[in-house]
Amino acid sequence: MKETSAAEKSANIKQDSDINQDIQNVQTVGTPFSDSAKMTMRNVDVFYGDKQAIHDVSLDIGKNEVVAMIGPSGCGKSTFLRCLNRMNDTIESCKITGELKLEDRDIYHPKQDVVPLRARVGMVFQKPNPFPKSIYDNVAYGPKVHGLASRKSELDEIVEHSLKRAGLWGEVKDRLSSPGTGLSGGQQQRLCIARTIAVSPEVILMDEPCSALDPIATARIEELIAELSQNFTIAIVTHSMQQAARVSHRTAYFHMGKLVEVNATQRVFTNPEHALTEAYITGRFG
Amino acid sequence: MENIHLDKHISQQFDTDLEGLKSQVLQMGGIVEQQILDSVKAIESGDSQLAERVIQIEDDVDLREVALDENCTTVLVRRQPAASDLRMVLTVIKMTRDLERIGDEAQKIAKMAISLTESGAAPSGYEEVRHMGALVQQMVNSALDAFARFDADKALDVAKQDKKVDREYKSAMREIVTYMMEDPRSITRSMNIIWALRSLERIGDHARNLSEHIIYLVRGLDVRHDSIKEIEKKLHR
Repeated sequence: MKETSAAEKSANIKQDSDINQDIQNVQTVGTPFSDSAKMTMRNVDVFYGDKQAIHDVSLDIGKNEVVAMIGPSGCGKSTFLRCLNRMNDTIESCKITGELKLEDRDIYHPKQDVVPLRARVGMVFQKPNPFPKSIYDNVAYGPKVHGLASRKSELDEIVEHSLKRAGLWGEVKDRLSSPGTGLSGGQQQRLCIARTIAVSPEVILMDEPCSALDPIATARIEELIAELSQNFTIAIVTHSMQQAARVSHRTAYFHMGKLVEVNATQRVFTNPEHALTEAYITGRFG
Repeated sequence: MENIHLDKHISQQFDTDLEGLKSQVLQMGGIVEQQILDSVKAIESGDSQLAERVIQIEDDVDLREVALDENCTTVLVRRQPAASDLRMVLTVIKMTRDLERIGDEAQKIAKMAISLTESGAAPSGYEEVRHMGALVQQMVNSALDAFARFDADKALDVAKQDKKVDREYKSAMREIVTYMMEDPRSITRSMNIIWALRSLERIGDHARNLSEHIIYLVRGLDVRHDSIKEIEKKLHR
């Protein structure tokens, strides 16, 4: 094994601290904008109290596009994702500035009600979190609350359709009244996806949806993402670079609250434009 | 990305793996380069023993090709490399293939040398073999140097040399065909020289391939079917 001399190591460390100091001057490289934007974010800053978590991020998410957000822990990718359906509203110290639009609508407009917004921009979380209700009720809950079905038969149809779309129908159709929490982790996550799509959202946000799942369940979810992207716009935060490479059209690399690079996924993983992206995806820091 | 580094991974073993691939390619390249030198010398001096050695070394080159492929597979499976690391592994796989082919061509030249010592010297073409041999050996040498330094501009210079080799080949062919027409009894012997020249010309093509792989490695640009002008434009954009 090649020995790294102390001098070389200290040179490397110095380089890393330089990177950290220079990060505030980083300008996003690549193609952050889209001709058919479903969501448009411009100059977004996010603060938790005095601490700035997101610095001047501008990014479009195109219609029917899958955008993956990657970056080391604490880089702000989840914070940014959670801004897209105002999940950060509940955090009192959190302040968001800049422009965030769903099509032409300002999602932070004072008159914008978050409930219908979250119906249009749904979210799937890291840990599957089914309600402590039956499989049927888990999926039917959203459509009921939003008044999407006037008759039981309509509701049945939505439940069946959503479970089919989530690739779970075959496994649960004979036990719809069983509790959702009794399913396996992968099934629970697909149940949560079925619950999300039951209210016919336009955008689905996924925050590390497979990190608690085994490889087979992960493969199912990834397959599902590819299918869903035909009808939905998807933004996914993932720690797995291979997953980002497999499922997304464009990949966005975040570093210390800055959006460093956005490019076609193929480009990012074969020939990234920014040295920081290269360093991260080749495992040189993180 | 201009600067290719094989080191500074969080996993030092990964650094070692990639450094290993690099030095294995350079070693294989060194052997192949010597094969070219020796095979050309064997023709020039009618040294069939030297030619035999070139042929024997080919087994070693084949083994090195297989070992390098296996090591690349291991890196792909274990590390799932991305960006410059991925390009490094892909480039090594491609370069190994071209180096092995160069070895094959040197072996063919050595066989022609043996054939010439058995059938008697050809009336002409030795000067051309020597000249083209030196040219393509230099190309392979420079390509390996460009790889060792991750230098795309140097690789471009190698690609440029291939035109020169093609010109030399055509003019040598004209000359030898003229001799064959003048003295049909020399055709069999002259054909050995022609095959040797043909192999040298192929080595030039492989050296150009090497340089294209290196440009892909260093700059992430696929220049395989581009003219020299197009490559220059892409590189200096």
